[in-house]
Amino acid sequence: MEAFGFLYQGLLTAMDPSLLLYALLGVTLGTMVGVLPGIGPALTVALLLPVTYGLDPAGSLIMFAGIYYGGMYGGSTTSILLNTPGESASIVTAIEGNKMARAGRGGPALATAAIGSFVAGLLATMALALVAPQIVKLALIFGPREYFALMILAFVTVSAAFGDSALKGLTSLFIGLALGLVGIDGLTGQTRLAFDVPQLLDGIEVTTLAVAMFAVGEALFVAARIEGADEKIHAIKGAVRMTATDWGRSWKAWLRGTAIGFPIGAMPAGGADIASFLSYGTEKRLTKHPEEFGNGAIEGVAGPEAANNAAAAGTLVPLLTLGLPTTATAAIMLAGFQQFGLQPGPLLFITAPTLVWGLIASLLIANVMLLVLNLPMIRLWIKLLSIPRHWLYAGILMFATLGTIGLNPSPVELVQLTIFGLMGYGMRLLNYPIAPVVVGLILGPMAEQQLRRALAIAQGDWTTLVATPLSAGLLTVAALALIVPMLLRARGKGAVLAQIAGDSD
Amino acid sequence: MSADHRANAKGRRPSGAAFIIAAGLAALGSLLIWQGLIIPDKGGYAGIGSGAMPKAIGAGLILLALGHIYTGLKSPAMPHEHQNNRAIAWIVAGLVLQLVLVGFAGFSIASALLFACTARAMGYGKFHISLPVGLGLALVIYGTFDRLLKLNLPSGMLEHLIFGA
Repeated sequence: MEAFGFLYQGLLTAMDPSLLLYALLGVTLGTMVGVLPGIGPALTVALLLPVTYGLDPAGSLIMFAGIYYGGMYGGSTTSILLNTPGESASIVTAIEGNKMARAGRGGPALATAAIGSFVAGLLATMALALVAPQIVKLALIFGPREYFALMILAFVTVSAAFGDSALKGLTSLFIGLALGLVGIDGLTGQTRLAFDVPQLLDGIEVTTLAVAMFAVGEALFVAARIEGADEKIHAIKGAVRMTATDWGRSWKAWLRGTAIGFPIGAMPAGGADIASFLSYGTEKRLTKHPEEFGNGAIEGVAGPEAANNAAAAGTLVPLLTLGLPTTATAAIMLAGFQQFGLQPGPLLFITAPTLVWGLIASLLIANVMLLVLNLPMIRLWIKLLSIPRHWLYAGILMFATLGTIGLNPSPVELVQLTIFGLMGYGMRLLNYPIAPVVVGLILGPMAEQQLRRALAIAQGDWTTLVATPLSAGLLTVAALALIVPMLLRARGKGAVLAQIAGDSD
Repeated sequence: MSADHRANAKGRRPSGAAFIIAAGLAALGSLLIWQGLIIPDKGGYAGIGSGAMPKAIGAGLILLALGHIYTGLKSPAMPHEHQNNRAIAWIVAGLVLQLVLVGFAGFSIASALLFACTARAMGYGKFHISLPVGLGLALVIYGTFDRLLKLNLPSGMLEHLIFGA
């Protein structure tokens, strides 16, 4: 098992005391920010990206991994204790978890979420270590046309396959693609759509867009409909631990959730939302206590929470091995890599194996840290939930602008922040998904380059795009993923698709 | 949109938002096509050059605009909650103030104003409290990020006074 050899090497790298410190800082900050209501993993990662600017690549990426896992974990705490719709990936956790908290069983709900996240994170990271080298081998035979076909598939699944309307998803995607054109064309050096503004030559920053749409857009959205009191927080009564029955009912749900979540995250088939939704459905079907579903069934927290974390680890498979981000969070992580001039993909496993395997190993370490940190510290995190809304959002906006100012203190960048923030608000108001904009921005130029390379190799012959079974197959799957949901919606069966839509991850 | 949804909505008033979005998408699409056309397009071996993608995406945006007109005519306007425009104006004002001031007043003062404006938008109007709180937080952030984490934040008189040049 060569993968475990690499992983062992990675663990040795990640055990370096200073890197351990970065991982610890990452999980702590990630949990802290992720716990805040209204902040999902994507925004957590985008907000905390500036924290890592000053570090070396290894430390920065390891801290980043901790932030990612911590943010996922923090989000589920929020949805159990505070019924906040909009925290996409853990929205399913909220269905049963919030009911449990209302019934005074918040302690076991938080415990099963924490331990379930740990189990799923551990297994899924191992699976990542096993699968990644295989995909890297496969990816080495990929040519531009295969990459292009994969990217088209990712575009479709992130924008049109789920949600309540393909039109809205595609609109978001095309706005992202249009924004991605701004700047210098990577193949010819031609300036496009910069309108003689020098700051636009580098293109639009993914982090600026993500922070604007998620943080500023969310703040505007909350402010614009502010009426009445804050959402009630449910105090946890009793200890954060589970009884023997709770364990008995949870462990199978954890394993099933992991088995559902990892493959969904690993295929370019959408993010954690879909995985947790499917896991919830599975648990509901298999449970011996159907009467409890809807009133606080522990399997309904354990399964989706595990699925959600397994899928989060799964999305790292296409990100690390192919350089293909399939969620907004992954798109921001890719931006994090690029700030060090690192391009994730098969070559990174060859040129920087210590870094990649150190990163994967530090995911394992971050996972252990989260479990150790969070079970005892959960009461402290909950205190963060009681920060009044006006201080919370004022602080979030200050932090949001900090990243932009710190990276590039030009007025152009801050104007973008305001404009995209207003756009994010409008999209939220009218139910347009946001993730496709972010993914379109970063993946659009990459897809264009692959397309033009493929065509250049074939001397302008468009049939080259479907000339190998793999690329033809991928494009067929992409077409099906676009057309089948449209037919389902036209026949009035779109409700299921609308439910599994998520917007912040 | 399901059948019972339509029955619930009053009348069949076309959705205004859909037309506004359609106009915006069409404008953006036309801009892209125009820009794609004026770029000197040397196709080279690929047959398509730098101008191709702006034209293609522009065309896509115009198709989406047509799609919006179609759904706007077909489905009635969705009633949405009353929006508090003054709150939005406060946040935008805060962002603009920060943008204008950050260059010469420094990060802390500009950000404290953004902080107070955001708190005001969320319904907290006591500026004599929110401004000092914001300033304190901004100074902590400046100290942590500029000095410890080597992020280059714009400094003004206040930062020089407290942290030295």
